[in-house]
Amino acid sequence: MKQILLFLLAATLCLGANASETVKLDRAPGDVHDSASLQRGARAFVNYCLNCHGAQSMRFNRLQDLGLTEKQIRENLLFTTDKVGDTMTVAMRKADGREWFGNAPPDLSVIARSRGADWLYTYLRTYYRDEKTLTGWNNLVFPMVAMPHVLYRLQGEQTLKTEAAAKGEEGGEAHHAESHLVLNKPGTLSPVEYDAMVGDLVNYLVYMSEPFLTQRYQTGCLVLIFLGGLFVLVYSLKKEFWKDIH
Amino acid sequence: MSKSPAQPQSGNAILDWIDARFPLTALWKQHISEYYAPKNFNFWYYFGSLAMFVLVIQIVSGIFLTMNYKPDAQHAFQSVEYIMRDVYGGWLIRYIHSTGASMFFVVIYLHMFRGLIYGSYRQPRELIWLFGMIIYLALMGEAFFGYLLPWGQMSYWGAQVIVNLFGAIPIVGEDLAVWIRGDYVVSDATLNRFFAFHVIAIPLVLVMLVAAHIIALHEVGSNNPDGVEIKKKKDPKTGIPLDGIPFHPYYTIKDLVGVVVFLAVFSFIIFFVPDMGGYFLEANNFIPADPMKTPPHIAPVWYFTPYYAMLRAVPALLGTQVWGVLVMGGAVMIFFLLPWLDRGAVKSIRYRGTLYKGWLAAFVVSFLVLGVLGTQPTDFLGQVNKMDVAVILARVFTVVYFAFFVLMPWYTKADRTLPEPDRVTG
Amino acid sequence: MGEEKKVDGGKRRLLLVASGLAGGAAAAAVAVPFLGSMQPSARARAAGAPVEVNISKLEPGMMVRAEWRSKPVWVVRRTPEMLTALKAMDERVADPASEQSVQPEYAKNEHRSTKPEFLVVVGICTHLGCSPTDKLKPGGESGLGEDWPGGFFCPCHGSKFDLAGRVFKGVPAPINLVVPPYVFVSDTRLIVGSDGKGA
Repeated sequence: MKQILLFLLAATLCLGANASETVKLDRAPGDVHDSASLQRGARAFVNYCLNCHGAQSMRFNRLQDLGLTEKQIRENLLFTTDKVGDTMTVAMRKADGREWFGNAPPDLSVIARSRGADWLYTYLRTYYRDEKTLTGWNNLVFPMVAMPHVLYRLQGEQTLKTEAAAKGEEGGEAHHAESHLVLNKPGTLSPVEYDAMVGDLVNYLVYMSEPFLTQRYQTGCLVLIFLGGLFVLVYSLKKEFWKDIH
Repeated sequence: MSKSPAQPQSGNAILDWIDARFPLTALWKQHISEYYAPKNFNFWYYFGSLAMFVLVIQIVSGIFLTMNYKPDAQHAFQSVEYIMRDVYGGWLIRYIHSTGASMFFVVIYLHMFRGLIYGSYRQPRELIWLFGMIIYLALMGEAFFGYLLPWGQMSYWGAQVIVNLFGAIPIVGEDLAVWIRGDYVVSDATLNRFFAFHVIAIPLVLVMLVAAHIIALHEVGSNNPDGVEIKKKKDPKTGIPLDGIPFHPYYTIKDLVGVVVFLAVFSFIIFFVPDMGGYFLEANNFIPADPMKTPPHIAPVWYFTPYYAMLRAVPALLGTQVWGVLVMGGAVMIFFLLPWLDRGAVKSIRYRGTLYKGWLAAFVVSFLVLGVLGTQPTDFLGQVNKMDVAVILARVFTVVYFAFFVLMPWYTKADRTLPEPDRVTG
Repeated sequence: MGEEKKVDGGKRRLLLVASGLAGGAAAAAVAVPFLGSMQPSARARAAGAPVEVNISKLEPGMMVRAEWRSKPVWVVRRTPEMLTALKAMDERVADPASEQSVQPEYAKNEHRSTKPEFLVVVGICTHLGCSPTDKLKPGGESGLGEDWPGGFFCPCHGSKFDLAGRVFKGVPAPINLVVPPYVFVSDTRLIVGSDGKGA
């Protein structure tokens, strides 16, 4: 944690430009009905993200939706508060965040709705070493991102290899499809394990941005079936009455 | 109500008591059970009742949203997510309202198109059309004010851009824009006043206008797909139009079928695609408003995009951008003149000639193309001779759009129409 | 449609009734989320969650206040004298056995508590919702007369309650002070708002 904080302190003003459209996004593997994956994702979120990012619309006790008991939540996931009914706020003050990163780390409650799952999945896997940035990290889909690579111990360190044809590494322009990332220093997880872990995390972010999704689908099916029946009824009523009209 | 003094007694004591004091039965008869509507209404005639239905949906869902929404720049964004998660049934109510806003415009555009193809705006229905147009304007205002309330990035920058349009007005523009916002940028003060307009001022006006629209309609009687006046052929004994049928039960029940079908579509969107691919709820609007950072591409919601495309298509001239604003405003206001631009011998498209049909098709195509162009950045089709293709297209279709109206007196008169029938057909 | 078709009144009525019932059912179903949205939200429920009260420093004869669902909750540690005095009060209170009053089953006894020593009540007068003042000490010092046995006095309309929260006869409040659900998790800590039987 301390190294990360050092990174944070070192980080200064560098507002991230938006995702460059040229990078092809990988498909996020998540399934919001897979509660085992969501539980793993929730754990990863609380351990790695919640230190700096809040999710102030998400209540801890809602994680019971994922099959966790209140006791499990209290014992394994409650670091920032002591009440399970609380939302996932973060201790870091917004002003501090702005000073450390140049940008207050955004709240992640609905991040999957603004960014999309595929973007998040690609983003968290395409960090690479770049000595030119203040954090020492850069990202393929989010060039000059303010956030350092928080998960680098798990993933290891990647570098960007650009084909000879491309002109060096001049900022965002060089990040064309011909560039690819190479893992130099392996992390504690194998690439397959790391992808799976990020997949779970993104799956959780998707769930968190619309926790009532399952309920929405279920209610929707019932409503449409009912309306189908109602249509038959109302349509025969109409036909019956319109027999009068010639 | 000019009723004979000897009101027939209904035999229901409560009803008689009321009728002696308030014309309940008379109103019911005048507007529902003895309002004679042409018997040949087709698919296009569902959208009037559906528009009223959506208005009710929006008012009811809106009332319940205000119970938890906070019109405060510090809390607005958060309070919407609070509604979505912490309030029981809140996500459903919110999606009903957000989907309802878009569906309102779907229904209204189809309703207006019905008026165009069957000449429903023509004498003696000019005033119905004018009331309808004012409703359309009020609805645009309602949608615009409401769109700021979630206080996301699109809300914020959309409002910023639209309010700045007023800044293009010569001399007073800048002061006017500041007065509308109540601040130098869109801010908490703006949010608070937009909330007031959205939840009370405009809905009140809308409801009253809808009443005027219907009273005017029931005064002259409904048009129909043949565009002939059913009141010209009445049963000599009863005085009832031969082609008229009582609104109740025939059209109440028929409209019910329309309501159920509409609800199926509406529910499908609410429960399965509430974002509608970013057209009903935009991805950037899930980022809280940030006055320091504009999203890379901002476009209004889909129902405003035809006008927005026209605005962007007009270049600044003589050092002012007011022309684009004028074109955009003109594109909406020119609808008001429709009853006096159409000189055709017949009302309905069924008996119109190829000239009118061709121009109408061109108009519909330009409205749709402009709508699509308005959702995209201007460079999305690439460039030809250093000009954005999308801008060229937008200019061409803006001209077609206006030509449809401006040339209407001539082409409708020159059109080779078919003879209208005496009575409605099938 | 050439030929006249006879109107089947029975079928019409059946279809009308069926459509009406289905429509009514739909309206009722739609009303559920709308009316439900007016219930306490997850935030309100989280704020109204059970609270823990620490009574390790509570001396006999003293009272500690806690807040539960934005309402005052009193915990009084009664002395043996206070408990004995309660018996004599049966004559002067309106509902001595708490038959008409609101309390969990485990607090429906002569001392209105699980542990005789500790009284836990919601400090809201059952008359019109004022919060009574505590006048725990008996006698004239309370300003309520020499025969004041110790208890609570509501300044709004003069309702009086004894040290078991039981309402006096002849005062406006109709029933005894409400006992909330609570449970002792240890000798020095108790949870108000949950008795461990529910969640």
